[in-house]
Amino acid sequence: MQDFLKKLRWPDYLIAAVLFVFFGYIWLSIEGTLNYKWRWEVIPSYIVGWHSGREEYFANLLLQGLAATVRISLYAGILALILGTILGVARCSSNLTIRMLARTYLEFLRNVPPVVVVFIFFFFLSQQLIDALNLERWARGIARQENNQVWEFFFGEMRRFPSLVSGVIVLALFESAFVGEIVRAGIQSIPKGQREAARSIGMSRIQELRYVVLPQAMKKVVPPLANQFISLIKDSSILSLISVQELTYKTVELVASSRMIFEAWITTAAFYFVVCFGLSRLFARLEKRSDKR
Amino acid sequence: MNQATPMIEVTNLDKFYGAFHALKNIDLTVHQGEKVVICGPSGSGKSTLIRCFNGLEWHNSGRLVIDGIEVYDGAKEIRELRQEVGMVFQQFNLFPHLTVLENLTIGPMKVRGISKAQAEETARNYLERVHIPEQADKYPAQLSGGQQQRVAIARSLCMETRIMLFDEPTSALDPEMINEVLDVMVELADTGMTMVVVTHEMGFARKVADTMVFMEAGQIVEVSPPEQFFTNPSSERCRLFLDQILAH
Repeated sequence: MQDFLKKLRWPDYLIAAVLFVFFGYIWLSIEGTLNYKWRWEVIPSYIVGWHSGREEYFANLLLQGLAATVRISLYAGILALILGTILGVARCSSNLTIRMLARTYLEFLRNVPPVVVVFIFFFFLSQQLIDALNLERWARGIARQENNQVWEFFFGEMRRFPSLVSGVIVLALFESAFVGEIVRAGIQSIPKGQREAARSIGMSRIQELRYVVLPQAMKKVVPPLANQFISLIKDSSILSLISVQELTYKTVELVASSRMIFEAWITTAAFYFVVCFGLSRLFARLEKRSDKR
Repeated sequence: MNQATPMIEVTNLDKFYGAFHALKNIDLTVHQGEKVVICGPSGSGKSTLIRCFNGLEWHNSGRLVIDGIEVYDGAKEIRELRQEVGMVFQQFNLFPHLTVLENLTIGPMKVRGISKAQAEETARNYLERVHIPEQADKYPAQLSGGQQQRVAIARSLCMETRIMLFDEPTSALDPEMINEVLDVMVELADTGMTMVVVTHEMGFARKVADTMVFMEAGQIVEVSPPEQFFTNPSSERCRLFLDQILAH
């Protein structure tokens, strides 16, 4: 701390002063003009609530939302990894049609805003899929069962299952394009000689990919994939637009019912920050450790 | 040595990279058990030629028959052919994510469908033959260049190849490691393997070659037995080249 203070020069103090004035002004306008009443003390009860009738704690809006965000991110991450790997391999295919299809998909996702993409995937794909598979009725059936704790643990409230599936599909499709690009870069970073060596001992293209190229490429793409996963968590908030009940959606709900605009959004921001920052530190540490080996 | 059976027959072969005429009207026959050493200035098409022999490059016209199999782009038999024709690269191209033993067994196991136990036995045999049985469980990055190249030779041999192609196998090695690789290649030659070697190691060529080939600008300029090649080459270009590389 002493060292830190010693390193400060007058521009640092100037910047600090400007920031102080700026935030002070915002603070004053919230306090003064808006006549806003802070109610931080209520926020914890929206994370974990107390059910006075049943005399037990329950996960309230914010925690429900966080749990949903975590679930969706996990499942969408896994699905995006699978789809993205296929896409990445397709981008390196020797077949022109396959390569063009993958390229088209990617360029579409890159050049259309995420919100629009999410709506298109939602209405054109996941809705149709859910109808076709009759998921709605199936999930309601499970929701009515007595012993559905296992289901609820993995998928949250079963009545909301179709919307969770929508969210996972839409998010995975969206992220798969970026995963695909990472995988493609990984595949192309493997020296040509590796493929030639594989071919020269008689491997087929599939064997070459499976035993030689992908194992090496995957090792290389772990760090960028980890970063993409963090992006995916943040992008999951877009799903609130298609009524997937994740953290952002729940916050909107909370703000609408309680009017605690500032507290609710600050808390939600803190949730996202803790999860994403924590993961990025964790990945950085794991990376450092695997470098040492 | 049965000189009657041709293993590699090249007739009228041409190869283009776009407009660049990489190989011009190549004619060459390699018989079973024959050792052919190809030399020539860089960019003369030596590597391209032997890369055609196992389908890493495709010729544009002419005919190429290897061990009775006609080679052309899209040939169905190309994978069977590659199992017969081993290739050793300048840059070794070992699989860095696999141990030495796994490098040797993955081909026999995945391509030939041989059991793990049997593949490992064969692999250890060949490691013995290239004098590094104790390195089986290391990763390629832990070995010296010379050791890596010997592993690469063993990897090809594990496929029970009938023809071995060497693409400048010692060019990427530090000088003190060149001999350990050449020794292994001489021993391999003594077993009667058919070998086509692109190299500038003229000592090796003198010791092993049955036929010397000199290439320049995509053409075969001279084909002759080593005695004649080194003492009295028929082409002026070949003489100049030999003077240059044997000067020191």
